[in-house]
Amino acid sequence: MFEFIRNNLLSPFVGSLFPASIEVQALYTLDALIKIIVILIPVLLGVAYLTYAERKIIGYIQVRIGPNRVGPLGLLQPIADALKLTFKEIIIPSGANKKLFIIAPILSLAPSLAAWAVIPFNDVAVLADINAGLLYILALTSLAVYGIIIAGWASNSKYAFIGSMRAVAQIIAYEIAMGFALVGVLIAAGSLNLGDIVRAQDGSLLHWFWLPLWPLFIVFFLAGVAETNRAPFDVSEGESEIVAGFHVEYGGMAFSIFFMAEYANMMLISILTAIMFCGGWLSPFQGVPFLGEPSIIWLLMKTSFFLFLFLWFRATFPRYRYDQIMRLGWKVFIPITIVWLVVVSVLVVAQIPPWFD
Amino acid sequence: MLANYLPILIFLFVSLGLGCMLFVIGYFLGPNRPDSEKESPYECGFAAFEDARMQFDVRYYLVAILFIIFDLEIAFLFPWAVALESIGMAGFWAMMIFLGVLVVGFIYEWRRGALEWE
Repeated sequence: MFEFIRNNLLSPFVGSLFPASIEVQALYTLDALIKIIVILIPVLLGVAYLTYAERKIIGYIQVRIGPNRVGPLGLLQPIADALKLTFKEIIIPSGANKKLFIIAPILSLAPSLAAWAVIPFNDVAVLADINAGLLYILALTSLAVYGIIIAGWASNSKYAFIGSMRAVAQIIAYEIAMGFALVGVLIAAGSLNLGDIVRAQDGSLLHWFWLPLWPLFIVFFLAGVAETNRAPFDVSEGESEIVAGFHVEYGGMAFSIFFMAEYANMMLISILTAIMFCGGWLSPFQGVPFLGEPSIIWLLMKTSFFLFLFLWFRATFPRYRYDQIMRLGWKVFIPITIVWLVVVSVLVVAQIPPWFD
Repeated sequence: MLANYLPILIFLFVSLGLGCMLFVIGYFLGPNRPDSEKESPYECGFAAFEDARMQFDVRYYLVAILFIIFDLEIAFLFPWAVALESIGMAGFWAMMIFLGVLVVGFIYEWRRGALEWE
């Protein structure tokens, strides 16, 4: 199996990217594959248990107890859901464009998982320590649009079509604000490498970029909520008006692929916010013995906090109207980010301590 | 250097493969009993009364055009932002002029109503 992959699929790329003997290449590829699995399994488990956490947390916010039947405290619920979805029929509508209909969910899952390749989990644990990390993240989050618009188009259903038009216009509108916020982080850190961005925040709680980049931090996270089409920006799914939006025609495993992509994207946005604005794996108590040690646990705690915010928003805010969403994206977020870009670049050029000296 | 990008390529293949695998598993484990009602487009129980690929509002198209302009600006800002500390005041002011031109264009769009959704 592995021999086949190496000889037939990867060798043209591997050979040109990595000039070395075939054994070294094979070892390197095997090493990368193992690391990929070590990253993917926690991400997929995280996706499964994020759905459980969502139902449980929203349940308690609404004074219910949420799922509690499958296993102790309902902990096996995501596994039961996954099994059930696996054994459901995948319906391909007769009017649909079959090839595109099948490609769409795969195309939306692949970038949301592949983006994890450049995420640093601590000072050394990163799969691909590349210099263009942030550019790669921006490129892959942009690709998510294709899965949605292809799904809406290929379904040949009015709800799917309307949902995907809304989703795409919304995603690209917030993509701009998000891109500007990323540029602000770049100016502050002076590097595209995500590990270097965290190292640039070394010092204390006040050295983290949330303080000098406060408006960009808020804009980035809210744009992330809009990018993933989560409540209160979920007009593309809007179950009370257009049923389920772009994935209305998908059932069974095809639907759950979309679902996994959405939750993996939520986790990605949360971990990126933690890395770029909240010091990544750095401890908030830097200098204190034991508690001040940098650790992956801090990164996971920060990520969980932002994931909790996603769920909290969903339980708290009513859905925005579409013109309000567009107004927020174009007329509020973009002006804020442009102004703050100028402010940050002035701070950097003037070398204002404690962040940029 | 380029070898650092190899794991990313493999990761892309793995995640594409995972997506395909899940789809195939779902396709073979699930039942497959299509009928004409089941395969018709979902429209809350009614028969579909016109083609779904209908006309849509031109403003979606306008948003896409504006997106291209602004995304290009971001592409220009990326290398500038990384190099800011080494290009000095000349580089700083050059980008401020560029941003000024961008803001003039943005105000023009705003005043012309390209950003309205009423």
